Amino acid sequence: MENAENLIALLVAAPLLGAAVLLCGGRRLDRAGHWLGTVLAAASFVIGAVLFFDMLGRGAEERTLRQHLFSWVPVESFQADVAFQLDQLSMTFVLLITGVGTLIHVYSIGYMAHDERRRRFFGYLNLFLAAMLLLVLADNYLLLYFGWEGVGLASFLLIGFWQHKPSAATAAKKAFLVNRVGDMGLSIAIMLMFTTFGTFAFGPVLAATGETSEGMLTAIGLMLLLAACGKSAQVPLQSWLGDAMEGPTPVSALIHAATMVTAGVYLITRSGAIFNAAPDAQLAVAVVGAVTLLFGAIVGCAKDDIKKALAGSTMSQIGYMILAAGLGPVGYAFAIMHLVTHGFFKAGLFLGAGSVMHGMNDEVDMRKYGGLRKYMPVTFVTFGLGYLAIIGFPGLSGFWSKDKIIEAAFAKGGTEGWILGGVALLGAGITAYYMTRVMLMTFFGEKRWQPAPDPDTAPSVEPGIEVHPGEMPHPHESPRSMTIPMILLAFGSVFAGALFSLNGAFVNWLRPVTDFEHGHPPVSAATVTVSTVVVLLIGVGIAYAQYGRRPVPVVAPRGSLLTRAARRDLLQDDFNHIVLVRGGEHLTRSLVYLDHTLVDGVVNGTAASVGGLSGRLRKLQNGFARSYAVSMLGGTAVLIAATLLMRGV
Amino acid sequence: MNPVNYLYLAALLFTIGAAGVLIRRNAIVVFMCVELMLNACNLAFVAFSRMHGNLDGQIIAFFTMVVAAAEVVVGLAIIVSLFRSRHSASVDDASLMKL
Amino acid sequence: MSFPLLTATAALPAVGAILTAAVPATRRTAAKWLALAVSLGTLVLAALVAIRFEPGGDRYQLTESHAWIKDFGVRYELGVDGIGVALIALTALLIPFIILAGWHDADSLAVSDSGPAAGHAKRWRPTQGFFALILMVEAMVILSFEATDVFLFYILFEAMLIPMYFLIGGFGDRAHAGTDENAAAQRSYAAVKFLLYNLVGGLIMLAAVIGLYVVAGNFSLTEIAEARASGQLEMATNTERLLFLGFFFAFAVKAPLWPLHTWLPNAMGEATAPVAVLITAVVDKVGTFAMLRFCLQLFPEASKWATPAIIVLALISIVYGALLAVGQRDIKRLIAYASISHFGFIIMGIFAMTSQGQSGATLYMVNHGLSTAALMLVAGFLISRRGSRLIADYGGVQKVAPVLAGTFLVGGLATLSLPGLAPFVSEFLVLVGTFARYPVAGIIATFGIVLAALYTLVLYQRTMTGPVKPEVRAMPDLRVRELVVVGPLIALLLFLGVYPKPLTEIVEPAVRHTMSDVQQKDPKPEVEAAK
Repeated sequence: MENAENLIALLVAAPLLGAAVLLCGGRRLDRAGHWLGTVLAAASFVIGAVLFFDMLGRGAEERTLRQHLFSWVPVESFQADVAFQLDQLSMTFVLLITGVGTLIHVYSIGYMAHDERRRRFFGYLNLFLAAMLLLVLADNYLLLYFGWEGVGLASFLLIGFWQHKPSAATAAKKAFLVNRVGDMGLSIAIMLMFTTFGTFAFGPVLAATGETSEGMLTAIGLMLLLAACGKSAQVPLQSWLGDAMEGPTPVSALIHAATMVTAGVYLITRSGAIFNAAPDAQLAVAVVGAVTLLFGAIVGCAKDDIKKALAGSTMSQIGYMILAAGLGPVGYAFAIMHLVTHGFFKAGLFLGAGSVMHGMNDEVDMRKYGGLRKYMPVTFVTFGLGYLAIIGFPGLSGFWSKDKIIEAAFAKGGTEGWILGGVALLGAGITAYYMTRVMLMTFFGEKRWQPAPDPDTAPSVEPGIEVHPGEMPHPHESPRSMTIPMILLAFGSVFAGALFSLNGAFVNWLRPVTDFEHGHPPVSAATVTVSTVVVLLIGVGIAYAQYGRRPVPVVAPRGSLLTRAARRDLLQDDFNHIVLVRGGEHLTRSLVYLDHTLVDGVVNGTAASVGGLSGRLRKLQNGFARSYAVSMLGGTAVLIAATLLMRGV
Repeated sequence: MNPVNYLYLAALLFTIGAAGVLIRRNAIVVFMCVELMLNACNLAFVAFSRMHGNLDGQIIAFFTMVVAAAEVVVGLAIIVSLFRSRHSASVDDASLMKL
Repeated sequence: MSFPLLTATAALPAVGAILTAAVPATRRTAAKWLALAVSLGTLVLAALVAIRFEPGGDRYQLTESHAWIKDFGVRYELGVDGIGVALIALTALLIPFIILAGWHDADSLAVSDSGPAAGHAKRWRPTQGFFALILMVEAMVILSFEATDVFLFYILFEAMLIPMYFLIGGFGDRAHAGTDENAAAQRSYAAVKFLLYNLVGGLIMLAAVIGLYVVAGNFSLTEIAEARASGQLEMATNTERLLFLGFFFAFAVKAPLWPLHTWLPNAMGEATAPVAVLITAVVDKVGTFAMLRFCLQLFPEASKWATPAIIVLALISIVYGALLAVGQRDIKRLIAYASISHFGFIIMGIFAMTSQGQSGATLYMVNHGLSTAALMLVAGFLISRRGSRLIADYGGVQKVAPVLAGTFLVGGLATLSLPGLAPFVSEFLVLVGTFARYPVAGIIATFGIVLAALYTLVLYQRTMTGPVKPEVRAMPDLRVRELVVVGPLIALLLFLGVYPKPLTEIVEPAVRHTMSDVQQKDPKPEVEAAK
């Protein structure tokens, strides 16, 4: 197709138009707004698909498309353009974002049907897609930053969608703030690039990495890592992710599967050339990934809230991706592959969780579920397939991508390789454990349903859905608009991995962008695969022993020290609260006091002393003519004396 | 006679006048003392004129007399009206010249 | 001789001010419409200035020059460069919105108990006075952006304090926690503080102006700058430094720079929201503008000498202003401290002495004007509905007045420099420009963007979200007049955020001239420098 590049801007424009129309359109659009939003998201997906097939028709070297729209900020040597670049990496993201995004739109039509602000919800969803597409299509870091913060804004709006709940508003603010800390890293990285290379467009920067010192590249790399930590919820900036569950469930699916948290992986993969030339920064990436992988998995094991358990698993799975991205050309392709397969099964799992909540009066505590497989067969099957995919059950999507990452981690070589590989392997076991736990507590066992809480006393109940206090839940299958996306995603969860691995299709597809090397693990690939499966089975077995064979108590037992810490997100929030929030409050309060007493006080003190002095001087002005006469005489005498003295000198 | 003696006299008169202004309360007496100071100056002017042998001092003495005459007119009028309104000619009773 | 466009741009609001003041007491509405019409006419003239200005042409264009006080070589000299054009456009643009936003602000005075008895009612014209004073300020500010004679500039710099004093002290915010007397006392405290701070700055500047005359023999900016550049006018190092400090002090009070900032929160807190916008978005810009135009141009060596200290003060302003904003309980004072933080960015950009920094600082002046106007005016609408400035008195406004909350959020996002809105472009340019020369300062300043997010979102969260408080339950959403004020501002913020090129093109040549005045070049990228 001629001039295919002219279509790129439309990818972003379609959802952006939707957002603009829906947010400015007013109540007139209330009835049709959700359809408009969904159609525009789908339009973006169709354009993406057209471009994809067009791209397949070209040779591997001609697949990168560029579109220059206009000059954004031109100041002397600082030239930022609004220009797009669509290569294989961006293409992968475009399809994932628009594809999964559209499914989530469809799902939301049913899920948000009772919410009076549904139009606005779809406006925000469209904004989210537009920002994320801008992020992956930008051809320079500054435009990427635009999309990057746009994603932050959209997540702020969506997490805090039920603003009347203080917890939702706080969670939204927290997400934005933590992300801003990461953004600081990105902006410093851009500044470093500008002062080092004189530009921040991908092409020139990534081509010129050889011309500067390794120290500079390490600095840039670490700043990019900080940015990725913020957006992808990696340790130490992961604390916002759990709270972000305050948003409506489709938002969680969107954030965790298709957008937002994947941005960090994209950034690191995109900047591969920088990390390849800065091994220290690269190792830091791998370490952050490995730590988060365990962190998220441990947190996931202890949560009783189904969404928060899934949030922990997201953190952990993104940790896998970051770990893979930190392995260099050995791992980039697998990081992205896991990202795509994860997009399918995590979206499916979240939509399934939403469906369960929909049927259970918005109860999120898994201890109050149980035995739901008979009541929600479609949800059970799709959720189950997603579950098998995420734990890496042989043959399903997750298996293909995760196994490769573990293999690549071992291939890092030396002690590092053993540690990283070991952590990845252990993570696979824990994943199997906590996902089995979720599965068993939700769909198997006895009914542990509880009457619906009083909405006035339980602020966590999602609004819009009629809940009668004291009523027992009547679990039922969700409407068609919700189940169809779940079924489609389940297909992806099952087959995507195998499809991608056919003749290394996915790796070959990305190779021109991310480069690829075969890793050589110290043990054979088959050994790694077998041990992964063994660890997996152990994890499933332990979970079954704990939750399948014994009844699950409705009230959570006290648990061990580690369990209790994990329930509180391994005390990260407590740390933040004590050190940052409290400390910050004290700092600002004392500064306000100091500003009033010290800075203002110096000035006011000067004014007061002038006032006091003049008050004293005023007493001389007593109104008696004779005292004035004395002062005149005295003054004259002094003047004369002074004149005489001066003459004498 | 030595003209310097006139200067001593002028200084004496001026001092008496100044002391009177500062010490006495009666506005009329203060006023007379002011006149005394003015005339002491006149005497000094004339004496200097004589000493230097030119007429400048005598001319200025005339000016002073004119000013003194004008001052008497205005000053006495003020004192009279003050006395009418306050039934007193004491300068200390009129202490309104302050903030 | 061609039409004196610059004089006309300043004269129209001045004449309009006199006419507005002369409108009879009973015709309040007529006075409002007259003021609005005059401000719109000024906007047209300002647009003409911008159109007639050629970015590639001479440094100062549309110049006018007449003898004024011959004995001292004082001339009535006008001329604009790109920076001046941008700021004149900003001023002319904001005034109609300020007038519209303050449409009813002075009405309560006309009938309130504090007004004089009925006998005086014929002469009692607070509404007329309010709008006349605003137009007067506009005239003086515009003329000060045009003046190229140091003495003329000084006169305007001082004279604009008079109408501002009356605007702050005479038309304070009715929303007040304390009693009426208490409010009046606070108001006059704020007005006097504003006046004293600026007068002290102005007096020190006067000494420097006289000193400059003694050294240079005339007041013409262009002549002195030319003589300085060509080496005809030598200044002893210490003389130059002292004169620089004299000028800078006055501008730093006006800007305001830490630690000379404490008048701003009081003034902005006590004034009505439109007047607060007038202070921070319009009048304060004269200070930063004058740093660029007078300090750098007249005293290039001394500017370079003082740069490290000024960068440090600007950094303190950025972080300190933001931290204090976090700790505020009063909506308007919070915005005032946020402004202090932003002025820190502007001053840092000016003295970073890179083209990105200075272009960024100029754009920042414009963008900060727009963003603060949007945020502050919406805050004013909010406050006028509830009658309280305390953040704690609000909650859940989003539910009852979604449009108000939405515009407030956009204003807040502009304040925290979200990409896509205009302030991001300028803030990033300032950061990059500073980082190129002073990396540590650049990194510390980026903490400012995190803190900006903190104070803005905390403000939004506490006022707009959460359960609806009973007092705000009946709060009406934005009215048409208010939408007319906020809508265009938001549209402009969006437009300049995505396409700031028209502005950068006008500003760039002026910045290039300033850079050559201080004999500075942008640092070369490391890669190129190595070659």
